[in-house]
Parts: sequence; structure tokens; C-alpha cells
Amino acid sequence: MSETALAGQKSPTARSIFSALQLDTRFLGMIGAFIVLCLVFNVFTDGRFLTPRNIFNLTIQTVSVAIMATGMVFVIVTRHIDLSVGSVLATIAAVMAVVQTDILPAILGLGHPAIWILAILAGIVVGVLIGAFQGWMIGYLGIPAFIVTLGGLLVWRNVAWFITSGQTIGPLDDTFNMIGGIGGTMGETGSWIFGILAVVAALWLQLASRRRKASHGFPVKPVWAETTMAVITTIAILGFVWVLNAYDIPEARLKRIFEASGETLPEGLTMGYGIPYSVVLLIVVAIIMTMVARRTRLGRYIFATGGNPDAAELSGINTRLLTVKVFAIMGGLAALAAAVAAARLGFSTNDIGTLDELRVIAAAVIGGTALAGGVGTIYGAILGALIMQSLQSGMAMVGVDAPLQNIVVGTVLVLAVLVDIIYRKRTGD
Amino acid sequence: MATPLIEMKDMCIAFGGVQAVDHVSVDLFPGEVVGLLGHNGAGKSTLIKMLSGAYKADAGEIRIDGKEVHIHSPRDARAQNIETIYQTLALADNLDAASNLFLGRELTSPLGFVDDDAMEAETRKIMGRLNPNFSKFHAPVKALSGGQRQSVAIARAVYFNARILIMDEPTAALGVQETKMVAELIQELKKQGLGIFLISHDIHDVFQLCDRIAVMKNGQLVGTARTSDVTDDDVLGMIILGKCPPGAVPGPGAFVEDVPVG
Repeated sequence: MSETALAGQKSPTARSIFSALQLDTRFLGMIGAFIVLCLVFNVFTDGRFLTPRNIFNLTIQTVSVAIMATGMVFVIVTRHIDLSVGSVLATIAAVMAVVQTDILPAILGLGHPAIWILAILAGIVVGVLIGAFQGWMIGYLGIPAFIVTLGGLLVWRNVAWFITSGQTIGPLDDTFNMIGGIGGTMGETGSWIFGILAVVAALWLQLASRRRKASHGFPVKPVWAETTMAVITTIAILGFVWVLNAYDIPEARLKRIFEASGETLPEGLTMGYGIPYSVVLLIVVAIIMTMVARRTRLGRYIFATGGNPDAAELSGINTRLLTVKVFAIMGGLAALAAAVAAARLGFSTNDIGTLDELRVIAAAVIGGTALAGGVGTIYGAILGALIMQSLQSGMAMVGVDAPLQNIVVGTVLVLAVLVDIIYRKRTGD
Repeated sequence: MATPLIEMKDMCIAFGGVQAVDHVSVDLFPGEVVGLLGHNGAGKSTLIKMLSGAYKADAGEIRIDGKEVHIHSPRDARAQNIETIYQTLALADNLDAASNLFLGRELTSPLGFVDDDAMEAETRKIMGRLNPNFSKFHAPVKALSGGQRQSVAIARAVYFNARILIMDEPTAALGVQETKMVAELIQELKKQGLGIFLISHDIHDVFQLCDRIAVMKNGQLVGTARTSDVTDDDVLGMIILGKCPPGAVPGPGAFVEDVPVG
């Protein structure tokens, strides 16, 4: 206790700056840790870690786990757990693969433009149904989530096996594959437009929130704090676009693209990849999930139930149905993640999503979701997924032995939670 | 005689063969505070939970303004303007005061989104009336003191125009000053014509706040009495021995001595 007080006296100015900005200090700490991690890897890889190419690869490798991690936040906040997401992902990937290579071509004809979206929709329906079924067993039959989803881990992995008879299914639909990452990007111009629209939207939201607060007569942040936030947001968004645009499409590939449309590649022309569609999908998911968490009754009830299930029940909240909804959302997100994962490979394989449940849970927990329930953020979980992926691929680039990689990842997970516990104790949060 | 605000008649509920509440009848008039007393496990809280919708009665009848109503869930109870303040303070610790006040009945914008600013504005208004010292509108309620938490719970009941208020040990966790605040609030609500059931162990509180008392023992009603007609010792005798004093109306649970009652 006394140490906290001392620390507070040492840096009163820093503290008041943070409180004026009203930033989540825990999240800032995570960003700090992430930056240190990146810089360390950058030194050990002789500058190869922080190249546009590697950053591009990191983002597309993170998407599948990050999408599921946003759903895992809701699951863990309501004091449950979902161990089945990796297996559910495999079942959905198998369904989507069979639908687009077998069922739809027989009905619509091979290469029909609606195949990709119908396949994804079929996957989402299956995912929501699987999730709702597991949620029903947890909420209405009272079987602990750990058991239901541990069973699900075994069941769905092997349902996937039955659907595909254990075979790798592919190649998948060309349009479908664009959701996987490098096969589908917005290009430089598209990415800049997207970035500028994002900046405009972010600034408008900030302004609207300030106006709303002022109209109720609540205290608002000082103008310099708002301006600082606006500048940081703008730099972050446009910087992200700039980095992804800076990764040039290899010349040979560019040549093929031009030849395919009957043109020749002009001398010296280069084109950047820009933002992958999978990253756009993740951003959309993150925004929607954040809106659900903060601005809907469903989100409010999820957090209330996690904080005090009895209070939620006594307030007239149907906590059983809520459990079904939470797991149905998790299933739907597993379907989106399955689309990204399968499209990235271009195939649906038997082992797709193996161990993803652990990566997803680790991402949510590193991102500040408390297993005791009631606490967690969507953006935290996404950053958690990014940290996990950076750690993994950074170590691979440095050339750390495979067994040592997993030892480090496991240790980091436990340490991250320990640091979090200490942090929460000190801030009394 | 006027129609009671609430009549509970022959309420019964059993849990796994234990008759927790056994043919208990109580009533409550507008502007009246009725204290429910008894040992731990006498069935007070269970009786009241049937009224608040937390438990479903096995048998019995609840009438509000003389009309029979069926209460199967907390939502049904709220629809009848019955609000409950629970002993365990049914608050979600991780949410702020406004979220707790409106839990289950959030204010929404025209698009259906939760309107936090409007809820905070309403919370500031009502807290300004109930507890002007309250200032932690953005902290989770777990960071509040017992009295502040209790005022959030009471604000919830008051805000939604409760006609019938159930308070289960409202002062058990509070300091002297905070207890006084709750007592003043109860007087204020009484004046507005609310009917209040007060569950308490504190005889002093009961005599100060209640107009009538109803004593339970082993799930049965020992008797009811006006606080002006009985003494502290009479009430203790009812709670401990189940003995009904001359000033009280005996119930089915009254201990009958050799001398016939009355």
C-alpha cells in the first residue's frame, strides 16, 4: 500500500496527464510491452521484424484467432469458458469447403459468383447452431461450460473428420480465398480511402461524444487532451495504412496479374498490397462487438451477469437465455474465423484450428479478461492475440528451437496474468 | 376498513420436504411499515421472496388492492410496482451506479442503444435527492462504501415509483450515520404512501420505524401486533418462545399454554 502511495508522489504530473486523457492505463501498459517486444525482436532479427512485409504477415496471421478472441471475451466475462472453438472451427471449415466444392457447384455451376457468400452464410448458420446448442446445455441443463466444451473439443474435431472423410478439401472458390489475407487486399488507393474514412469516423465519434456529455452538463476533457487523442488516433490509423501499403507486391506476381488482364507490366511500376480484406473483417467485427459490449442491453447484461449472477437474475435478466446467446455469438465468430483460416490455406485440412482454443483463451486473458468474470475488453483481446502471434513468429524468425518457443509462450501467459493480478491489487480496480 | 395494499393469504413453500413457510398470512396498508421478525431460518426472507418473485409459492394467494395477482418472476413483481432491496445488496459490483440503478430497465436511444449519458443524468438527479454527498458516478460500485451502495439500491427502488417496498436488513451493513439516513428515507417514503415490509433483527430499529410487526417461527406466523400495543419483552417472547402476548393477534404458529389464548 505504502509503495503505491510513494509511486503516486514521485510522478504526480504524469498521473494527472493520464487522468486528463482518461486512457486505460492497463491498455497503455500492454501497448508498451508490445512495443518493447517488437523492438527486441527487431534487434535480434537485424531489422527484419519491423519491415512492412513482416508486419503485413503478422496482421493476417492474427486475424483468425483475434476474431474468436472477441467472442471469448463475452464467454469468459459471463464466467464460462469455451474449449471447443478450435474444433468447431474445423467442423465449420469442413462444412464451408464441402458446400463450395461439392454442393453449390452441382446446383449453381462451378465458379458461380454467389458461391463464396453462400458458403460463408452456411458456415455461420452451422456455427451459431453449434454454439447455441452448447449454450443451451450450459444454461438450461446446468452442465458446466468446461465439461460441455471439453466434450465439444473431441466431438466437433471428429465431426469435421466425418464430413471430409479425413481428406483435405480444395481448392476452394477463388472469391472465397480472398478473405484469407494476402490473396485479397484493397490496393494502395483503396487503402488510403479506407484509412481517411476511418479517421473521419473516429474524429466524428469523439466530437459527438463530447457534445452529448456537454449537453447533459457533465465534465468534459480539456481541449488539449481531446486534441492529443485526435492526433494520436489519426497517426495510428494512417500509419497502419502506410505500412501495409509499403509492402510491395513481388514483381513476378504483378507481371502475372497484368498478363491475366491482357496487359504488360510497365517498366519500374510497383504496387503495394494495402489492407487485406481479412483485416477489414476483423475491424468490422471489433467495432460491432465493442458496440454490443458497451451500447446494447445484451452487452450490459453480459457484464452484469459476470459481475454478480444473482443480482442479474433478481433484476429480471434471463441469465439462461443469455448464456445461449453468448455461446451462439461465439459459434458465429468461429465461423468467420474458419472462413479466414480456410481461405488463407486455400484448403480445408483435417488439422485446421488445432490448439486454437488455447491461443484464443490466452489472447483474451493476456488482453485483460478476468477469469473470475465481469471484466474484459474487445480491444484488449485483439491486442492480446497480436502479442501472442508476434511472440510466436518473432521467436521463429530469431531461430529459437520449437520446444523452447512453446515454453516461452506458456511462461509469458502465466506471467502476464500475474502482472495483471498485481496491477489490479494496487489500483484497487 | 380500507382495502390493504397487499394481502398474502396462506402462503406455503417447501424445499425438499422442509416446510419453509407454512400457511402464513400477512397484510400491508398504504403508508404503513410492517416489520417481519424471527430467528434466522424462521422463513421471513423466504416469505418475502415469494412476493418479490425470486421464489414461486407452492400455495397461497397474493392480492394487491384487493385483486389477485400472480407473481412468477422478478419481472412480474416489478410490473406490480414491487421493489426489493436485498440483504446481500443485489448489485453488480463491476458496473457503475447508473448501470446498476437501471439494470434490467435501461434507458435506450431511439435506435435501441443503451443511453449511458441519459442514465447518468437521471442517476445524478435522484442521488442528489437521496444522498447529496454521492459523487463517484464513474466508479464500479465495488469501490463504494456500504452506505453508498445501499443508497444506490434504495435509489433503484425509489426511481421506478415503487408502491410496495421490501427491505431485507437494510441497515445490517451500515454505520450509525448511514443507518440514520436510511431511517429518514423510510419516513419520507411512508409519507408518500408507500407500503414497506421491513425485515430486521434489530428490535430497536423495528420499534422506531414500524407501525406493526409480524413474528415468524419455524415457518409459521406467531402473531401480529401494533408496535404501540406491545413491549420489547413481549416481542422477544414472540420471537424466542413463540408466545403471543395479550396485545397481539395470534397466528397458527402461536405457542398455546395451558391457559387458552385470549
